[in-house]
Parts: sequence; structure tokens; C-alpha cells
Amino acid sequence: MAKRRGIEVSIAIAEAAALAEVDVVSAYPITPQTHIVEHLAELVANGELNAEFITVESEHTAMSAALGASLAGARAFTSTSSQGLALMNEIVYIASSMRAPVVMALANRSLSAPISIWNDHSDVMNERDTGWISIFANNGQEAYDLTFMAFKIGEHPDVLLPVMINFDGFILTHVVEPIYMFDKEEVEGFLPPYHHPYVLDPERPVTHGPVGLPDIYTEAKKQQEEAIRNSRKVIDAVWKEFDERFGRRYNAVETYKADDAEVVLVTQGSVTEAAQVVVDEMRKQGRKWGVVEIRLWRPFPFEDLKKALCNGSIKCAVVLDRAISFGGPLGIVMSEVRAALYNLSDRPMVVGVTAGLGGRDIRFDEYVRMFELGEECLKEEKEPDRVIIVGLRE
Amino acid sequence: MKMKEKPKWYELLPGAVIDEPGNSVFYKTGDWKTLKPVVDKTKCIKCGTCWIFCPEYAYEKDEYGYFNPNYDYCKGCGICAVECPARCIKMEREED
Amino acid sequence: MIEVKRPKEGFLSVFAYRMAPKEELFTRGHRACQGCAAALGLRLAMKAAGRNTIVVNATGCMEIVSSPYPYTSWAVPWIHVAFENAAAVASGIESAIKVLKRKGRLDPSKKINVLVFAGDGGTADIGLQALSGMMARGHNVTYVCYDNEAYMNTGVQGSSATPYGAHTTTTPAGKVKFGQGYWKKNLPEIAVAHGIPYVATACPSYPLDLIRKVKRSFELEGPAYIHMFAVCPTGWGIPPAYAIKAGRLAAETGVFPLYEVEHGRYRLTLDFEKGLKPVEEYLKFQRRFRHLTPEMIKLIQERVSAEYTRLKIMEETTNRPDYRSIAGI
Repeated sequence: MAKRRGIEVSIAIAEAAALAEVDVVSAYPITPQTHIVEHLAELVANGELNAEFITVESEHTAMSAALGASLAGARAFTSTSSQGLALMNEIVYIASSMRAPVVMALANRSLSAPISIWNDHSDVMNERDTGWISIFANNGQEAYDLTFMAFKIGEHPDVLLPVMINFDGFILTHVVEPIYMFDKEEVEGFLPPYHHPYVLDPERPVTHGPVGLPDIYTEAKKQQEEAIRNSRKVIDAVWKEFDERFGRRYNAVETYKADDAEVVLVTQGSVTEAAQVVVDEMRKQGRKWGVVEIRLWRPFPFEDLKKALCNGSIKCAVVLDRAISFGGPLGIVMSEVRAALYNLSDRPMVVGVTAGLGGRDIRFDEYVRMFELGEECLKEEKEPDRVIIVGLRE
Repeated sequence: MKMKEKPKWYELLPGAVIDEPGNSVFYKTGDWKTLKPVVDKTKCIKCGTCWIFCPEYAYEKDEYGYFNPNYDYCKGCGICAVECPARCIKMEREED
Repeated sequence: MIEVKRPKEGFLSVFAYRMAPKEELFTRGHRACQGCAAALGLRLAMKAAGRNTIVVNATGCMEIVSSPYPYTSWAVPWIHVAFENAAAVASGIESAIKVLKRKGRLDPSKKINVLVFAGDGGTADIGLQALSGMMARGHNVTYVCYDNEAYMNTGVQGSSATPYGAHTTTTPAGKVKFGQGYWKKNLPEIAVAHGIPYVATACPSYPLDLIRKVKRSFELEGPAYIHMFAVCPTGWGIPPAYAIKAGRLAAETGVFPLYEVEHGRYRLTLDFEKGLKPVEEYLKFQRRFRHLTPEMIKLIQERVSAEYTRLKIMEETTNRPDYRSIAGI
């Protein structure tokens, strides 16, 4: 039976990878991800995990080696943050294009400059279009569960895509939380052995990564796009099976007190739970607020989001972005939410805010301010084009 | 050849993998050349120098031990003519 | 006088070439230029490596010419990922093989070679870090750099393996600058400095030597680095027919000495008892060198002679019984 124990979230994530019996771990140290791979290295060093731990000389190599291992028939895992992800960008894109189901735990951290080791989502947003399945965790338990399930999703023969699990650096990685940890016996049969249909095998030689002349490139990309679109069925099925076996339910879009809410905050990651606390508190004062969380970032859950936001009650969706798209509307998630609702006649107003950049705390009153901004925009019947930065010294 | 030159997107294998080892043999590079090697078998010593140095291994050994150029692949570089220790290979203009 | 045993390549008899393995694993129909020595080098290296080999190819000429979809010139499993990371991808593959054998998912008794092909740009410049990491970590991989002395695939731009004075499109010979302005990076010595079991230089102009070296690299456990000279008629401005001759001249003049370093022990695999030919013989028929002044040629000659002398000294020193007994070789 699963035991609930207090454990640092980073260690739990490492344990999730170990539970999946990863074959190859290739990772490079970077704050705030480091504890994850340190723990895996320890498990390997003590013989508790039968895997190859490659102490690579850069994140670029971390991803390259993971890709190589994955296509050579090994279950591969890596973990990084921020600059590390930015450095591996080139191979992040190639890994999905070459259909290598690597799993990456991403401790979200801001991008330099100025250099900042603290949390926001600029690293993952920078990789938005790399073709990975991308999922957000709100707390340690979710990070643990989602990391474990990521292998089953990515390796499914209808998917064969890499998966990144996002969790906020420091806010989650460095805290101790009570987490239900599985025994090996308990998850028996949940995760099938790793199998890739086109491994590098001298018995059956294949050519991976050929030159794509203009005659073929479009078709290759279309095929890849279909794969990630179709992965949604598998994601839902895996989450459903997990719920049935272990009693924890995950959804592409999660709602909190949204049924009768007038204003909701649209969130990703650990801010979700903070926003829920604010909603609970403010509901005591009669404010009809709620929270809608986009857990599944890629493939983007268009239908789920439409259903969640167009529930007949919500008049304004305030989207909280934790990164900036410079020179654009600023809000990346906000733009996507707007795009998803664009063709609906009775859609709620979409207002963008950003806060919590580079590790800046978002205070209770700032969450309240975000909801109130939504109310003000409703009253003025004006939908701002660009995101409003909350908590800025002006 | 099994692989299609212009497959539809759903006919591609994941990641555009090529599942037919060494199928470039179906791609004939012989029409690249303007000069072709011609072997004078009366002088040939059957040493295989032409074969070992040919980037296309266009030289194929026949039942008598002679190495003959396969013009389907020969790009006409002329390495064989320069390297032949018996000086029995001449480069001649391709006739259209 | 320390005696060094040297394998006597194909000089015994021209008929020795017929002894080379017949199997062709780098298949024809590839689209390398006429007279491409790199393509020949790959063909020969694959003869040595054999069927139980996984090839990792860096982006570059050989990757482009051998894999335009739907065609592949590879009869063995082959993977190309990017330009700078061939050694990194190979590290992952080798690790996978190791762990899968340990876990019984691969037959532990079956030897699978991992072989990298990368150009000089992909090795000396953009891929050097990944290569260094691979060698330092001790992955059981043979890394073959085919050195055509410039970025040929993108149109002959200078790399740090471009020789001093050579004209490339980014080191053009002009009125105030005269081609590549610095000396060629010594990659084999960088590999030697990693203390790996096997480092060698090779050239397709000496096919049996090349095949022997690639074979040797797989016999030894651990990383191996083979620096393969690859004459590029297109980029160097020589007639394709002279590709093999040019490689031979590079060896005979000492511009590209053929040697190997096994566990730190040097051995010139091709030594010229009568001395080296003047470098001018090698330089003069290449378009990329035609602007060289006599002073520049003199500089090159001095550098080549010094390097060759250094190699002879290294050979002599590392073969001394006292050194070998201490070094355990």
C-alpha cells in the first residue's frame, strides 16, 4: 500500500523516475533542478537503480545522449531548468521530431539576463513550439504522479513523443511535502516495458534522421503534428487508468469553484493552489471568483478550455502569465486562451496579467488585484490588448 | 525499392525513418560523368587497386578475376585511371 | 636505437588490396562529389567495422550525401541528430547498450560497435566539447573525424582544421590577407591528452592501414579517436582523379603524418627512411594554395618538419623500455 511521507519534492520526482526503472539518466547540474539528478546518481551509485548515469558536460549533451539512448532502446530521463533548457533547445526540437520518448522533469526557472535562479515560466514558454507533450504540476504529489505517468504516455506506440513535466523551481523543488509514494508491487503492470518500434539494432538496420528535402519536410511535420494531437486520447486514458487504480484524478483543464464564478483566474503551476486559497477567503466576502488551471499545455486542450470558461456563469477570465512575449501582447497563455475562444459568440472577456517573474512573490492582495482588474474591465466593457503587470513598482 | 519517393504524410514512418537499409543502390549516379573508364584487359593484372580506391565501388569482379566498371554508378572521377599500377585504364569521353 | 615495429601496409604487393573485406556497408548511389576521399574513407571504415555497428553521423557532407529521404547509403543502423552532438548521441547509445546488456534485454555476448563519423568542423570547432566529454567519460566509441579541412558542405568555409595559408570562402586570399591566418588545430594530440586507449591518424590513400586502424580501435575497450585525412577535390581545387595521390603526397611530405598512439605509446605507421618530400610538392597543385609566397611555404615547411621530428621523438621516447615499464604498456 502506498505510504504517505514527508519528502522533498525533488527527491520524490527522482523516485518517480526510479519507479519507472529508467535505463539511462543523462543530466547536468543546474539550480533548482539539481537535487533530482543528485538523488538519481545516488540510487545508481548504491545499486538501488540499475541504470547508466551519464555525467554529461552540458545540457545540450544531456538531451543528445538521452535521445541517442532512447532510440537505442533504453528508457531515458533527464531534468533541467532555465538556461539549461535554453541550451538544449536545438535538441529538444529534434527529440520530438525524431520521435524519441524521453521524459524530462523541468524545474521552471526564469531566463537570464539579469541572471535569476528563481521561478517563473520563461524557460518552458521559450520551448512552447518544440513538439513536446507539456504538463504542469501544482504540487509535489502531482509532480511525482505526472512524472511516473509521463513514461506511459510518451512511450505509447500511438504517441512516441517526449514529455516534459513542469513544476515550479524552489517553490516546489525545495520544499518537503507529504507525498504518497508507490511500492514497486503496487504499480505492477501499470507501466509496460519500454519498446520503440524503430530502434538502432544491427539485426534490423534503420536510418534515423535523414535529410528532408522540400519534397518531404511538409509531410514529416504534418505527421508529427498529428501524433501530438492524437496523444490526447492516450493522455486521457492513462490519467483515467491511474485514477481507477490509485484514486487520483488528473484533467487537462482543472476548475475550482468555477461553476458559479463571475471572474476566474486562469493559472498554471503552483500559483493555482495559492489562487484557490484567495478564492476561498474572498468567497466569504461574497466575491464570486474561481480558478481554471491549464494543466495540459501541449497538446493544447481547446475543447476543455472552452467548456470550462463558457459555462454560462464566467464573465471574465483573467489569465496569469508567468513569462513575457516581448513586443507582442506580452502574455503567451493569454494569447492562446483568446485564440481558443475567438470564434465563440458568448465568450467571456479575456484579460491578461503577469506577475511572479524571476521569483517575485505574489502576495494575497495582488491575487485579489488580479480578480478586481477583471471586474473593472467588465464594468468598463474594455478588454485590454496587452497584459497588465501586477506587483510592479511604478 | 520499397520506400516511396513522395509518400503521403500518413505513409511516413515515425520521424521519417528509412526502413530499407542501403537502398541508395537504387539511385544511379552513372549519369554524372563526362568521362568513363575503359579497361584494357590485355594489360590488367587483376590487382583490385581500382576496386579498393573507388568511392562508389563501381568496379565489380567477374568470373575471370577481372574488375569491370559498372557505369550505372561510376561518376567518372578518374581515380582508377591514375592509381592503376598497370596503367590499363583510360578515361574516354562519354558518347551520348 | 629503439626498434619500432611498423605494419607494412599494402607496399608488400599491390595484390594485398584484394584481401580487404568484400562487404560494402556504405552503399553506392550516395551523392558525394566525384573523387570524394571522405566517401571512400567511410566505405573503408565500414569494411573494418562490420555489420554489428551503429553509426552516428554529425551533420555535414557525409550525412547529406548518404541520407536524402527516401534513400539511405547505410546498410547498418544509422542516426543523425545535429552538427555538434555526434559524440553526445554516441555516448547515449553506448550507455544504452551497456545497461540493456546488464539487464539482459540485449545479448551480453554480442559485441555492438558504436562508430561516429563527423567532419572537421563538427569535430575541431562546434563538436569539440561533446567529443571531449565522450572521451573523458570513457565511452566505448570509435570517433572518426573525416578531415577535409574546411566546411565543405556549406561551401568551403574555413574551420580551425583549415591549414595555414589555405584559401577558403571565409579565409580568402586577398591583397592584405593570404588565406587561413593560423595553424591547423592538432586534434589527434587533443585526443591523446585525454588519455584514451587509442588515437590514430589515417588516410584513404592507405586503405589497408585505415582498415587496420579502425579494426584496432574496436579491439580496445574504451574511446578511440581516428583522424582521417579526406582530400576534397571540390574544395581544394584539384582534379578528382588526383584525390588519392594528394592524400599520399600529404603523408609523404609530412603534412599529414600517419601514426597511432596506443595507451600513450606512439608509433609512426608510415615512416620514410629516405626522408620527407618537400611540402611544396603537396601544395603546388592545389588551387587553395596557389597564392602562397615562398616565405609562407618556408614557414609551412619548418612547421611540418618540426612536427614530424616531434613525432619521431615521441615515438622514440614512448617506446623506450624504461618508459614503457613505468607506464605499464
